[in-house]
Amino acid sequence: MIERTNDWNELMQAAGGGDEAAYRRLLSELAGFLRAVLRRRAAGLGLAAAELEDVLQETLLAIHLKRGTWAPDQPVAPWVAAIARNKMVDALRRRGRRVTAPIEDFADTLAAPEPAEELSSREAARLLAVLSGRQRQVVEALTVEGEDVKAVAGRLNISEGAVRVALHRGLAALSAAYRSIRE
Amino acid sequence: MKTSDLISALAADAGTPPARPGPALAAGLVLSAAAAAAAFFLWLHPRPDVAQAAGTARFLFKFAETLLIAGAAGLAAVAIGRPGASSAAAIRAAFVAGGVLLVAVAAELVTTAPGQWLSRLVGHNALFCLVMTPALSAAPLAILLTALRRMAPASPARLGFAAGVLAGAIGATFYALHCPDDSPLFLAVWYVAAILGVGGAGAAIGTRVLRW
Repeated sequence: MIERTNDWNELMQAAGGGDEAAYRRLLSELAGFLRAVLRRRAAGLGLAAAELEDVLQETLLAIHLKRGTWAPDQPVAPWVAAIARNKMVDALRRRGRRVTAPIEDFADTLAAPEPAEELSSREAARLLAVLSGRQRQVVEALTVEGEDVKAVAGRLNISEGAVRVALHRGLAALSAAYRSIRE
Repeated sequence: MKTSDLISALAADAGTPPARPGPALAAGLVLSAAAAAAAFFLWLHPRPDVAQAAGTARFLFKFAETLLIAGAAGLAAVAIGRPGASSAAAIRAAFVAGGVLLVAVAAELVTTAPGQWLSRLVGHNALFCLVMTPALSAAPLAILLTALRRMAPASPARLGFAAGVLAGAIGATFYALHCPDDSPLFLAVWYVAAILGVGGAGAAIGTRVLRW
């Protein structure tokens, strides 16, 4: 566990410097960890597996957009667990249930093994509809259709830089869309 | 959408530098102080006997206390705004700011005659303090709330409150240059009330603008 935490801190540092491969590996490992964290919390709250994956996806998006709030002297696991807790509370509130999820529950899960399972989810895909033209094209191509930046740039006949700009703005807009359905 | 596809998309955006709240907050503090200074010299002026007052402990204490409050609020904002961050330093700083004020109030009560207490507490123009401190804090509050949008608070209202107290303390620091009342009794009632008022405004606005 301690070793893994150090790993995550290193990957997080590398990702902050723009290392795409390190970032992908980190997010994949965090997804497994968070799935276990969320599953344990969700058991008593009646959240279905697909809903759980929705919360996980919103959490990953929040981790990405808010990764500037992580400090290098801070362990990664409690940081992501705190973000997951927030997103889970948001998701339950959205479904009209008020909960107060104690952070201790997440701390307990830190040492738990992570199950490797992935269900496709509907919420994020549905929210993509609110994005505007180019952003939607790019985000959809990269997420739903699984294309890479180069392929998208070639197909849309725009530069890779333009794809990345549209991607970043699209991800921020997607996060805002989650926020708006909460109201 | 498959989670692994989302991860690919997020990884493709790794080149966008993380939006770090620290530098934004530091810049926000500098801008806030500049904005409060500009408002101060536009609407107010240092009191006529400022050079003489600068040699008195009571006058200097006003600045020490408002800056202690600002420091505690700043630490609180960082602790609330960063997921999983420890709030120990912020709590200690809040106790120091509160404790120092209590000691100053006790010292004032010991060193002045009971007959003077009420007039020192009421001061010359408490209402003006209650109006001008928030007025000087308005621009700092707007600037700080903007900077803190990079944070990820569990409670946007709490982060907004911390931002409000910080803005209020900055406003009060400038107002203290103008204010003729130097008693810790005055400070503990009116300055604190004005700062908490700005804190309340920050909480109300923060609830809306600091969600993420």
